[in-house]
Amino acid sequence: MNLLSGPVGVSHFLVVGAVLFVAGVVCMALKRNALGILMGIELVLNGANINFVAFSSNFLSEDVGYGLGLDGQLISLFVIVLAAAEAAVALAITLNFYNNHATVDVDRADELKG
Amino acid sequence: MSPDASLPALLGLAWLLPLASFALIVLFGPKMGKAGIFASYIATGAILGSFLLSLTAFCIWHFGHLGDRGSHVAAAAAEHEGEHAAEANAETAATGHDAHSAGHAGHGLPTEPATVYTGDWYTLAQFGALKLSISYYIDALTIVMFTMVSLIATLIHFYSFGYMHEELHEVVDHEVTLADGHHLHRPGRFHRFFQYLSLFCFSMLGLVVAGNILMVFVFWELVGICSYFLIGFYIERKSAANAANKAFIVNRVGDFGMIIGLMVLWASLGTFAFGDIDGQTGIFRSVRPAANDYKITVPDGMIKLAAMDEIGAGVDATPAQVSAWRSEGYGYWLLVIAGVGIFCGCVGKSAQFPLHVWLPDAMEGPTPVSALVHSATMVAAGVYLAGRFYPVFAPEVLLVIAYAGAITLFLAATIAITAVDIKRVLAYSTVSQLGYMMLGLGAGGWAAGLFHLVTHAFFKSLLFMCSGSVIHATHTNDMRRMGGLRHKMPWTAYTMLTGVLAIYGAGIPFFYIGLSGYYSKDSIIAQVLSFYNENPTHGAIFFTLAVGGAGITAFYMFRLWFMTFAGRPRDHHVFDHAHESPKVMYVPLVILAFFAVTVGFPWLPFSVVKLLEQARPLGAQGASVLVAGLTFPEEFVSHSPEIHSLAEIAVTCVAFTGLVLAIAFYGLGKLNPNEVRQQFPAIYRLLWNKWYFDELYDAIVVRPVLFVSRLVANFDRRVIDGFIDWLARAATKVASFDDLIDRYFVDGLVNVLAAWTYSIADALRSLQTGKLRQYVMLIVIGTVALTLLIRWSVAATG
Repeated sequence: MNLLSGPVGVSHFLVVGAVLFVAGVVCMALKRNALGILMGIELVLNGANINFVAFSSNFLSEDVGYGLGLDGQLISLFVIVLAAAEAAVALAITLNFYNNHATVDVDRADELKG
Repeated sequence: MSPDASLPALLGLAWLLPLASFALIVLFGPKMGKAGIFASYIATGAILGSFLLSLTAFCIWHFGHLGDRGSHVAAAAAEHEGEHAAEANAETAATGHDAHSAGHAGHGLPTEPATVYTGDWYTLAQFGALKLSISYYIDALTIVMFTMVSLIATLIHFYSFGYMHEELHEVVDHEVTLADGHHLHRPGRFHRFFQYLSLFCFSMLGLVVAGNILMVFVFWELVGICSYFLIGFYIERKSAANAANKAFIVNRVGDFGMIIGLMVLWASLGTFAFGDIDGQTGIFRSVRPAANDYKITVPDGMIKLAAMDEIGAGVDATPAQVSAWRSEGYGYWLLVIAGVGIFCGCVGKSAQFPLHVWLPDAMEGPTPVSALVHSATMVAAGVYLAGRFYPVFAPEVLLVIAYAGAITLFLAATIAITAVDIKRVLAYSTVSQLGYMMLGLGAGGWAAGLFHLVTHAFFKSLLFMCSGSVIHATHTNDMRRMGGLRHKMPWTAYTMLTGVLAIYGAGIPFFYIGLSGYYSKDSIIAQVLSFYNENPTHGAIFFTLAVGGAGITAFYMFRLWFMTFAGRPRDHHVFDHAHESPKVMYVPLVILAFFAVTVGFPWLPFSVVKLLEQARPLGAQGASVLVAGLTFPEEFVSHSPEIHSLAEIAVTCVAFTGLVLAIAFYGLGKLNPNEVRQQFPAIYRLLWNKWYFDELYDAIVVRPVLFVSRLVANFDRRVIDGFIDWLARAATKVASFDDLIDRYFVDGLVNVLAAWTYSIADALRSLQTGKLRQYVMLIVIGTVALTLLIRWSVAATG
């Protein structure tokens, strides 16, 4: 099945999610700025969210023959909440790091190395 | 209240008061005022209370039993042999002996048992037939002893205020020299003295009132331990410590015999009680059952014990069989062993030959102790017990008692002749007088022996307290340094003279008037004479020794008085410092002197003899089995004029000779003792060394014991300790080997593991770079790798 010619189905959503995920991971792996890394994390989480929502959609469920139903929606809501909480904690850590080191370069944050 | 309720209550309270005082002083003694002075008030108050209570009991007894024995004996006698009785009465009255025979107003023995109040105060435990209880046995003898003990103890408590006053301050003991050459300085022990006195009074009164032989034994040991404490009061002095040990150990020898006696009695009779309590037959009625006319009878239990082999062989112990065995003499030897065993205890406590050696050494204690414990009460406890146990003694036992007494009285009297320590003279005199009492008891004179016990208690405690007063004034015991002291201390001198006259037995012969010793000693000697009439062989020895002893007694007692109080002072330093003792000391002397004169008067309504007659055990002595032909005359026989007068003549003559000799030697100085000493050096040395008894015991007992103990100590040190040391060394060797294993093997293993863990961790440490981006990369790579791995593994398995 050709993605470009076929009707929009689950696979397309999965492609978008995978692109987002990879973009997020690359962002996390390459950015030295802590805020950039946080953004990468958001991309990763939202990539996953798109997958959940796609699998739970009633309209797309015929594609795969089964759906998660409302479970997928709930899990993605939960991920959003988690992301918010995580962002709050991570920003607090970053601020403190900045206060102490006057920088947000994560390569400088290696004091706990073995 | 009837006497059977009031007497135990009174005497029980009187008995417990000193215990309360002891407990108080033990707990709070040192805090009682300066140097514990209030302790003496408490102790004296307690014993005074005891005395008043026992005096009340005495009155209750006296008015409750005024006519006991005297009247019914007379009635019975009049009924049976009226003519004879009247004749006897007339005879005795004519010779002035009527008062003496108050208890025997007729002819013969009392026919009814003595009045006794006995019962349990408290049952400690009951194991089957064995009942251990605090019980009482109150008869006239108990009352007399109780009153006598508490009276003398009270006086001695007062006397001790004065005598022991040095203990109120810090004491410098001049007889103890320390290693640095100084004399010992120690705090005073006033309260401790009274603490021991209280404990002693409690124990002694308990011993007197005890209603079973086990209780007697317990209090017997208690007075022994008090005696030990009090002899060793000046514990820092080596001589006092040795004397205390000697007294205690010598008493153990006697008590061992007593335990054997107790075991025989309990094993065969199954009871410890004297009298019948709650329907259970006591010891006395078992041995002298009413069914056999109170004659001595081997109890069934002893017969069964002796016939154990026959019973084991299947012979049925029916009553008929038991009485057949009884007539064959089964079990009689058990009765003799029981009697001799109990008497062994008395020998130890009353310092009879051959265990007399401890009493003179016991004079190391303070003088009030000598007066109370070692002359009047505790040492007389042996005589008291012999009197109390009189119904149980078989004729053979009485013979043993008489021999012990006779030998003791003579031996001790002779030693007293040469002694120069004032207290030792009195100590040997005490031993000698105790021998008289035992001789009196052993010769069948129950009342005579116990009567002498009571009179002796008064005059001997008087004599001791007088000697204490002298020692207090002169600070020496040596009579050779005294002399002429009657000018300095008249109260002491003349009260002591009263005591000396009492022990001498001063009286007007045939008119029956005299000091207390006159009555009691004469009744003993009359009884011995009466015994001699029946048994000439034994009796001759007893009579010679007893009468000879009376002469020696007169000699050494007057020697003591003359050396101390008469003549010219021998040591002016001592004489100049001498002074009359304080009032608190000589007033008790005067009171005691009064009693020493009057206590023997037989015509008083409450005289000691009459009271003793009320307690006389029933029943004639049976025929002896082991010693042939032993006959014990009844005591009233000795009151007959022919015997009594003869005895009186003999004793008066001999004692007067002694007195004359003493006056000649020491009073007027007509004869020189030194010349006599040089004339008979061997005899002098023998007496000076106390018949070499200490040396003998040293050689046959002390040295072997020390030798064996050294042997055992060496064995202990070399062999047992050596073995233990060897074990210890072996254990150390094993332990050091273990240590090597532990250190190099076990520890090594653990260390190697630890080192490995460490190096692995150290290697892994470098992974922890701290670079966040690297971690992310690793996660990604890991995830991809995992995914691929799962993919391939799924593909591989299909």
